[in-house]
Amino acid sequence: MTATVPGPALRAEAGAGRVADGTAALDRHRRRRIATLYAGLVGALVVAVLVAGGSGQLTIPLSEILGSIAHRLGIDAGPMPSHPNGEYTLWNVRFSRIAMAVIVGGSLAVAGAAMQGVFGNPLAEPSVVGVSSGAAVAAGFAIVFGLRFAGDWSIPVCAFVGGLVTTLLVYALSRSDGRTEVVTLVLTGIAVNAVAGALLALLMFLGDTQARESIVFWQLGSLNGSRWTYVVVVAPLAVAGVVIALACARSLDLLALGERSARHLGVNVEALRIVLIVVVALLTAAAVSFCGIVAFVGLIVPHLVRMVTGPGHRTLLVASFLAGALVLICADTVARTAVAYTDLPLGMLTSLVGGPFFFWLLRRTRRTSGGWA
Amino acid sequence: MSRPDTAVLSAHGVSLSYGRRPILESVDLAVRRREVLALVGPNGAGKSTLLSVLAGDLAPDEGEVRLDGTPLAQWKLRDLARTRAVLTQEHKISFPFPAIDVVRMGRSPWRGRPEEDHDERVVAEALATADVERLAAQPFGLLSGGEKGRTSFARILAQRTGVLLLDEPTAALDIGHQEAVLAEARTQAAAGAAVVVVLHDLTLAAAWSDRVALLHRGRVAAEGPPADVFTAPLLSLVYDHPIDVLPHPATGELLVLPDRRALIAREETA
Repeated sequence: MTATVPGPALRAEAGAGRVADGTAALDRHRRRRIATLYAGLVGALVVAVLVAGGSGQLTIPLSEILGSIAHRLGIDAGPMPSHPNGEYTLWNVRFSRIAMAVIVGGSLAVAGAAMQGVFGNPLAEPSVVGVSSGAAVAAGFAIVFGLRFAGDWSIPVCAFVGGLVTTLLVYALSRSDGRTEVVTLVLTGIAVNAVAGALLALLMFLGDTQARESIVFWQLGSLNGSRWTYVVVVAPLAVAGVVIALACARSLDLLALGERSARHLGVNVEALRIVLIVVVALLTAAAVSFCGIVAFVGLIVPHLVRMVTGPGHRTLLVASFLAGALVLICADTVARTAVAYTDLPLGMLTSLVGGPFFFWLLRRTRRTSGGWA
Repeated sequence: MSRPDTAVLSAHGVSLSYGRRPILESVDLAVRRREVLALVGPNGAGKSTLLSVLAGDLAPDEGEVRLDGTPLAQWKLRDLARTRAVLTQEHKISFPFPAIDVVRMGRSPWRGRPEEDHDERVVAEALATADVERLAAQPFGLLSGGEKGRTSFARILAQRTGVLLLDEPTAALDIGHQEAVLAEARTQAAAGAAVVVVLHDLTLAAAWSDRVALLHRGRVAAEGPPADVFTAPLLSLVYDHPIDVLPHPATGELLVLPDRRALIAREETA
C-alpha cells in the first residue's frame, strides 16, 4: 500500500495556496471598499462645493455657478450669475471660504490621524489634548501685541510655535513606557486646556476691545472672513503637513506594533516621533491661524474613515483629508445658513456633535479595557 | 565566507544595571549559525534583558554586542532589520489591523529591494508554518494570547532573517503549538540561521536546543549541550528548588522535573 496522507511539506504548500486565495479575496474586497469610499468622497465634495457656493443670503442657481466656473476656465458656456454681485460673491466670498474649509477640515483630520498613530491612542486629537488651545494662545499673543514680524505670516508662525511647544509638552507629560494611557492623555488634555484657557483670558484682559473681540471670535471658531490672502498663507502649511504625514504612513503602521517591535523592523522611532509632532503642529497651525478652534474634527473623521478602510495609514490619511474637508464644508454651510443673516460659530457646531461622540468613544475604549480592537 | 561554526552574534563582557541593581554582570555569549541556543534561568536572572541587549534595544553599560563582527551600535536600523528578527513577549497593537497585515509588516524591511517580489509567497508560507491561515482576516487585537503569539511568530518568519531572537515563543501556546514553534526554530537553524530562544520549560529546552546558557543572577552559570548543563545538583541550586533530571523511558530524552516530595511531605505534616 502506498501512503495516501500527504507529507507535511505538501500540506504546507497546499495551505499556502489556500491562504493566497483567501488573502487575495480579502485584498480585493478591501480595495473595492476603498475605491468606493474615494469615489463617494470626491463626488460628495463636488456636490458640497456647488451647494455651498450657491447657498447663502444671495442664492446663486447651479447653472450660473457652473457657467461662471466654465467661464473662468475659458469656456464660454452656460449663464453667468445674474445678480450684479453674484460673480463677486461667488469667487471672493464663498469660494475662498470653501477653500479655507477644505484646508482646515483636511488639516485637522490628518493631524488627528497622525496624532493617534504616534500616541498609539485613538482618543488623541489636537483640541482634546490642548494643542489647538496652545496654538490659540500663541496666536492670541500675536493679535494682542500686534506682532507683525513676518507680515501676513506672523499669526500662523506664532500658532505653529505654540502648537509645537504644546504637542511636545503633552507628549512628554502623558507617556510612560512608550504608550499613552487613555486616562493620562485625557487628564493631561484637561490640564493643558485649563492653562491655555487661563492664558487666553489673560490676553483678553490685556487686549483692547478689538483684540478681545477677535480672540472671542477665535475661541468659537469660524470661517467667516476667509479671504484668498489667508488661504494662500495657510495652504503651504497644510500641504507640507499632509505630504510629510503621507511619507510617514508606512512607519506609522509599524508603530502600531509598539515602539520596540517597530524598531526591530527598522523604524527610527525617535526621528519618526519628532517629525510627526512637527507635522501635527504644522497642520494645527494651518487650521487654527485664521479660523480659531474647531474641535473634534480630528477625532471623528479618522475614526469613521478607519471603520471603512481599516487602520492602514496611507489610505486613512488621504481619505481623512477628503472626509475632513467634506465635513467642514457641510458644517460651515449649516453655520452660515441655518439662521438667516447670522453666522453661527463653527467650533460650537463641531463641539455640539463632537462632544457626545468623544464620550461614546471613551466609553467604548474603556469597555475594551483601554485597548483598541 | 564564514565557517558554519563562527559566531554570528556575540556578547563580550556585557554588564547592565537598572539604577543600582545589577541585571547582567560581564556576560560573554556567542551564537553560531546552524544552532539553537536556549537561554534559561529563574525569574529575574536576566534572560529577557540579555535578549534585549542582543537585539540592540538596550545599550550595555559595559562591553559590547557584535553582529557579523560589527558592533550593534554601528548598524543601520534597516540593515539590522534584514539581518535579525525579534519576537517580543508582549503582542500588543494600537489599531485593529487584521492578522494578515501584521504578518505583512514583517516584510517592510525588504521594501524597495528585489526580495520584495516574493512578499506574497513568503507571507503565505509564514502563515501556513505558524498555523494561522484561518486567522488571516481577523483583527489581531481580538485574537487569543496564543493566537497572537503565533501570528507574531509568523511575522518574524516573514522577515526572513538569518538571526532569530525569540523571547518565550511558547508562552500561552498549547502543547502541540509549542512543539511546532520550536520545531520551526530547528528547521530555521538547519537552514543556516542562528536562533536564540528564551525558555522557561527546561524539558523543551533540552529537547530542542543544541546548547543552553543557564543564567543565574545576571551571570552565565553554565553553558553547553543540555545534557551537560542540566544536572540535578546545578539546577536545584540555581532554581533554589529540588529538581530531578531523568531520561525518558522510551526515547531517552532528558526530562527535567521538580522533585515535589519535600513540599508534599511538608503539607502532610501541616
